[in-house]
Amino acid sequence: MLKAIHYINQFFGQIGGEDKADYRPSFHTELVGCSNILNSLLSEIEITHTIICGDNYVNEHTEEALSEIIGWLEKEEFDFFFAGPAFMAGRYGSGCGLICKAVANHFNVPVITSMNEENPGVELFKKDIYIFKGGRKATFMKQDAEKMALFADKIARKEVLAPAVEEGYFGRGIRHQYFPKPSIPAHDRLFSMLMKKLKGESFQTELPIPEPDIVPIASAVKDITKARIALVTSGGIVPKENPDRIQSASATIWGEYNVSQLDRLPAGDFVTIHAGYDSEAANADPNRVLPLDALKYLVKEEKIGSVNDYYFATVGTGTTQKEASRMALEIVEKLKEQAVDAVVLVTT
Amino acid sequence: MAKEIEKAGIPVVVITNLTDIAASIGPNRIVQGSSIPHPLGNPSLEKDQEFEFRLAIVKKAILALTDDIQKQTVFE
Repeated sequence: MLKAIHYINQFFGQIGGEDKADYRPSFHTELVGCSNILNSLLSEIEITHTIICGDNYVNEHTEEALSEIIGWLEKEEFDFFFAGPAFMAGRYGSGCGLICKAVANHFNVPVITSMNEENPGVELFKKDIYIFKGGRKATFMKQDAEKMALFADKIARKEVLAPAVEEGYFGRGIRHQYFPKPSIPAHDRLFSMLMKKLKGESFQTELPIPEPDIVPIASAVKDITKARIALVTSGGIVPKENPDRIQSASATIWGEYNVSQLDRLPAGDFVTIHAGYDSEAANADPNRVLPLDALKYLVKEEKIGSVNDYYFATVGTGTTQKEASRMALEIVEKLKEQAVDAVVLVTT
Repeated sequence: MAKEIEKAGIPVVVITNLTDIAASIGPNRIVQGSSIPHPLGNPSLEKDQEFEFRLAIVKKAILALTDDIQKQTVFE
């Protein structure tokens, strides 16, 4: 039996929730949590250890986390490395990516993880490791783990691997020469594609060129001492009763709140409703996420023109890119109506 | 969200702890925040020191807004 080691976060490692997101890495010879599920789905490979680390710790103290984890791995024998599945959890996806990329660089083993296509970890790490296309939520645990397991077993049995799109992972941009059967000469394939294109029919390119989504740089503010600055946040800072009933995750609603009479956000009157981070610090002082006090101070010091009467808030965790874009476009309309010159956007 | 604001031509600076993620998504002015649960806070400091700490990050953000950058920039 080939051997594998599995990395998971503090939540799936049964350590705790957001309150334990600072959990330092631990190394277990008895499988913990969902390592057991993944292990049960593998037939050629046995997971021998679980590594657990807090999502905040791995992202905020990456060097230390990697140093410790790589140090442990150097003492072990393993043929595969797994991480996650991370679903839509952004920090978890990023954490899986960071660890997996480091393992791929240090050890000559296949490294396999899984996350939803909207997880920021995909764009950051898909070129370095196998990231399987996963569901949005933990309800997809078994399906996502199964895809990872089936692929790993295939590699274990030294079977021929199909292209990324067939196997089910995000393309790494690696090109292999392959000979399709029946073999059709290149000029015939090219002509066939050209005819389809001319007729407006769809065709499959053999060489997809990714389109970069470059945002043109907005011009710098000319005279900041006269500028009206608006605060926007995806950190979920709202008035205490959450009057617009913004969702704590997967938000589709945003709110607009008047702060023109305030010099700072008073604790207790404003809270965070964001389910994706530990709320203690933000609830004790909401200015730690929405820095109204600092901006109002800069107005007094005549360093900036004014703070916009309204700030805009929603919740970023689990929120789809589509909804985030829609909400942002609606907020942009307000920013224009309210003659805002620039925005300070805080994300958690 | 920052992407849509910037595409509309409004200069925007993102304050975040996870600058790599922000950079991969696309906004051009990014400032390193303090930590995930409190990007502009530091509960280990006394109140007035914490305010100075926050002010320093916000000042950096304001400078970023006035900076005529030529490419995506993370202000650390």
